[in-house]
Amino acid sequence: MLKIGDKEFSSRLLSGTGKFRDKNDIKKMLEKSGSQIITIALRRVNLENPQDNVLNYIPKHITLLPNTSGARNADEAVRIANIAREAGCGDFIKIEVIHDAKYLMPDNEETIKATRILAKDGFTVLPYIMPDIVTCKKLEDAGASVVMPLGSPIGSNAGLQTKSILEMIIENSNIPVIIDAGIGLPSQAASAMEIGADAVLINTAIATASNPALAGEAFSWAIKAGRIAYLSKLQEQSQYANASSPLTGFLNL
Amino acid sequence: MSFLNVLREYENFDFEGYFKNVTDEMIISSINKKVLDKFDFLNLLCPKAKNHLEMMAQKAHKITVANFGYTINLYLPIYVSNYCSSDCLYCGFSKKNKIHRKKLSLEEVGIEAKEIAKTGIKSILFLTGESRKVTPLEYLCDVTKILKKHFSFVSIEVFPMSQEDYEVLFKAGVDGLTVYQEVYDKKIYKSVHVSGEKSNFEYRLDTPQRGAKAGFRSLNIGTLFGLGNISKEAFFSGLHARYLSYKYLECELGLSLPRINDAEGDFKPNTILDDVTFVQIMCAYRLFLPRVDINISTREDAKFRDNLLGICATKFSAGSKTEVGGYTKAKTEPQFEISDKRDSEEVIQRIQNLGYEPVYKNWESI
Repeated sequence: MLKIGDKEFSSRLLSGTGKFRDKNDIKKMLEKSGSQIITIALRRVNLENPQDNVLNYIPKHITLLPNTSGARNADEAVRIANIAREAGCGDFIKIEVIHDAKYLMPDNEETIKATRILAKDGFTVLPYIMPDIVTCKKLEDAGASVVMPLGSPIGSNAGLQTKSILEMIIENSNIPVIIDAGIGLPSQAASAMEIGADAVLINTAIATASNPALAGEAFSWAIKAGRIAYLSKLQEQSQYANASSPLTGFLNL
Repeated sequence: MSFLNVLREYENFDFEGYFKNVTDEMIISSINKKVLDKFDFLNLLCPKAKNHLEMMAQKAHKITVANFGYTINLYLPIYVSNYCSSDCLYCGFSKKNKIHRKKLSLEEVGIEAKEIAKTGIKSILFLTGESRKVTPLEYLCDVTKILKKHFSFVSIEVFPMSQEDYEVLFKAGVDGLTVYQEVYDKKIYKSVHVSGEKSNFEYRLDTPQRGAKAGFRSLNIGTLFGLGNISKEAFFSGLHARYLSYKYLECELGLSLPRINDAEGDFKPNTILDDVTFVQIMCAYRLFLPRVDINISTREDAKFRDNLLGICATKFSAGSKTEVGGYTKAKTEPQFEISDKRDSEEVIQRIQNLGYEPVYKNWESI
């Protein structure tokens, strides 16, 4: 089970609500993919208009993960988080502090600041970051419940471009590591799980597929397969396979 | 440092000569690049690039879906005053035009705002003619505060102001700034902006920059097609947006492609931007600036707008009125004639039918 804050989840696929052709597709995607956590940009939550309000398209048993999209610094992220809580979105918060509108790169420094404030205030904090071991450690100290390093730029579908750093983060982390952003194919999600990620967040690839529900299902299978592969230690086996000419043969062990 | 320095680099640049040497291979190679430099951008603006328009459109669509998904942001304009102290030959609000002048009282602003809010659209752009005297900073602040009660995102298109004044407006609740250079060719600029504050080319050019420094989260810029050489104007607009995007990383940038239609005053445009070139420029903008918002107003007709949606537009106005008080009791002349006369409901329905999600709200007042 994936444990985040005081909640447990059987699915290791986190999904999103952005970029869909039709909000009605969200519910079908959740059903097919089995995703139990869905992120929503608070900036898009429209409480005044029930037909447009994305919250009305998400079944009640799904855990909402509001995000602070649009925040340019820690202060704005904290304000958005508080508005999300007041709007009834719960205590989970995904911190996104973007200081670069061109590539949507997260600002780790401001993210750490916001994490400290929000964790103290009782939020379950899931910070989205540039993969960096030192930042991950600081976030752990600041009270983050997980870390969410990016695989590659948002929407790029480029897969795990940051793989070698992600492996180090996974090795060092005492809290769950969720790979967020850049995963465009189920095979890429599977590889994230194979290297030991605790979960992945997929939005663009699912939302922009011609059949989002089916795409969600494909990702959920890939994530399960990758997880089982990790648990079976397949990766280690292939990395350190038996050599045909042993190097220590001379020792007559 | 100002964008003026960038413009100066091209003072003696031979665009015609450059275009002559652009080959089909160069254009195809520019289309296929992941990151385009300024010469790639210029290759796409070259007349010859029209031969590859479908390829450009396909790539533009792909990039747009990756960055924005199947969504389109909605907004509406509200004209609060048409008083103007400048004489701009192409503009219906020019001080020389004998039109009925009107400035909404704050109470009237509230009534208009309520009416517009019925559409459900939460983003508003408020506009004035360029008269510092009739619509001073205090008035603009008051208008902002009223609009903020009904809309979560408020942007302004008013006379260029100082950074200090923009800071005051930012604090009052303004989120975004729209300011068009109108024309990047200084000589033509001087010839069409005959008198008034707007005749200051440099001050206007640096306006988006002052807005970014003041804290606005979005900047929308562009040239008014019909005044200068089409390809050059498109090139400088793109360079200006890129210049701002490298300088003010945190700002969301938008480009509009207004082209002159029949406004008051019988102005004959110097150049005509036809539909094919319009699409070419729009695609070139997208390939050069993958995350920039591309804003298509109701200056364009319904059918054309619907088609642009599927290529790379990301922002639409829907059911706009360009008269002061237009949503409740229109009496004044419009700033420009609207071509897409559908009401907002019709536009939204059409967007959905085309397989796109209309975004009513894309910001929260924080």
